[in-house]
Amino acid sequence: MKAFTAILKRDLRVAMHRKVEVLSGLFFYLVVATLFPLAIGSDLDILRRIAPGILWVGALLSSMLTLGRLFEADWQDGSLEQLVLTPHNLSLLVFAKIISHWTLCGLPLVILAPVLGLMFDLPIEFVLVLMGTLLIGTPILSCLGAIASALTLGLRGGGVLISLLVLPLFVPVLVFGSGAVESLAAGLGSQAYFSILMAMLIPAVFFSPWACAAALRVAFE
Amino acid sequence: MTLPNRLEIKNLSLSRGGRQLLRDLSFSLNPGEWLHLQGDNGIGKTSLLRVICSLAPLDEGEVLWRGQNIHEDLPLYLKDIFFVGHKLALKEELTAFENLAIECALMGVPAKDLDLMQALAHFGLKGREHVPLGILSQGQKRRVALAKLKLARAPLWVLDEPLVALDSHTVELFTQLLGQHLTSAGMVILTSHQPIQLSGVGRVLMLSR
Repeated sequence: MKAFTAILKRDLRVAMHRKVEVLSGLFFYLVVATLFPLAIGSDLDILRRIAPGILWVGALLSSMLTLGRLFEADWQDGSLEQLVLTPHNLSLLVFAKIISHWTLCGLPLVILAPVLGLMFDLPIEFVLVLMGTLLIGTPILSCLGAIASALTLGLRGGGVLISLLVLPLFVPVLVFGSGAVESLAAGLGSQAYFSILMAMLIPAVFFSPWACAAALRVAFE
Repeated sequence: MTLPNRLEIKNLSLSRGGRQLLRDLSFSLNPGEWLHLQGDNGIGKTSLLRVICSLAPLDEGEVLWRGQNIHEDLPLYLKDIFFVGHKLALKEELTAFENLAIECALMGVPAKDLDLMQALAHFGLKGREHVPLGILSQGQKRRVALAKLKLARAPLWVLDEPLVALDSHTVELFTQLLGQHLTSAGMVILTSHQPIQLSGVGRVLMLSR
């Protein structure tokens, strides 16, 4: 457990020194969300209807933008090699890295969601549901993205490959994430969508560190 | 019954990118012994070290630790080795002290702050403990990487070109540290293009085509 917290703290501390990298994903999210109303116009009905989709697509793209560096820096400076060579469970250490990625790249999107939701004139109960879906959905993006990141480690054009690998996997998260708010707007409630997202989150959290660890070991061979 | 520490390389053959690097290589290492791998660039020294560390696959043969194939109980084996590679595995954004503290947590070594300070001081980094690594010189960064050895408890040290960018005084300090490790029944395998004077029982293994 000490190794787990050491990796988590290390990644967070390093990120504090690489603020531009951390903020780039958040800034991208902000830009995407801001540009849509400018392009579509100020019709509040339309904006309200498309807001969940825009914010979810923004979150998904922003997450993809930051996935490449999940293992890359450690790979470059040799830290990943040392991680593989520790007697600790590699899956657990990888899980610490996934948590730090989500804390730096996923959680800020959740926190920013109410501000952007209000910008799209979303009622407060819709904003809360949107935040809830992002809170459950963004860790899924981090978990699935980590697998793609580990599989493409050290490959040329890894960023493009990550996109190709994760996009099909991200689609269900996007559909159910944005669908929850639309369902609430249609008066059908959003509980079923939350249940489905939770059903995706649990196996993602359980299996992705294990899959990443296996992919990382292969990367070294 | 726990068998004594002993590393044995048995009939190891190794190829990379379709090129045969090593063929039918065998040697062993007992407590207190060192092995200096030498040879031209690209001959397979680093590849051999990586195989010994379980980081790379081999074509034929096996690596035995305490008489057992290392892959039979890898976590147990990994507790017994410490590897310093070409890349220093240090974070430029963090200080030397922070880097060492993280390394200790990863190695499972319960080191106190004083131990970390002493390890850094041993390699002449007193007063530089809380300076971000990014502003240290290459040689100083290498010293931080070697300070990990001062804290390592593993009996088998595997060191890939540890002397790169080091001044003669630091080489001396490093050699002393290896000497202490060997005296306390440790084992060292290293590659270096520079000559190194080590005490205790050891040999130079010249790899050639």
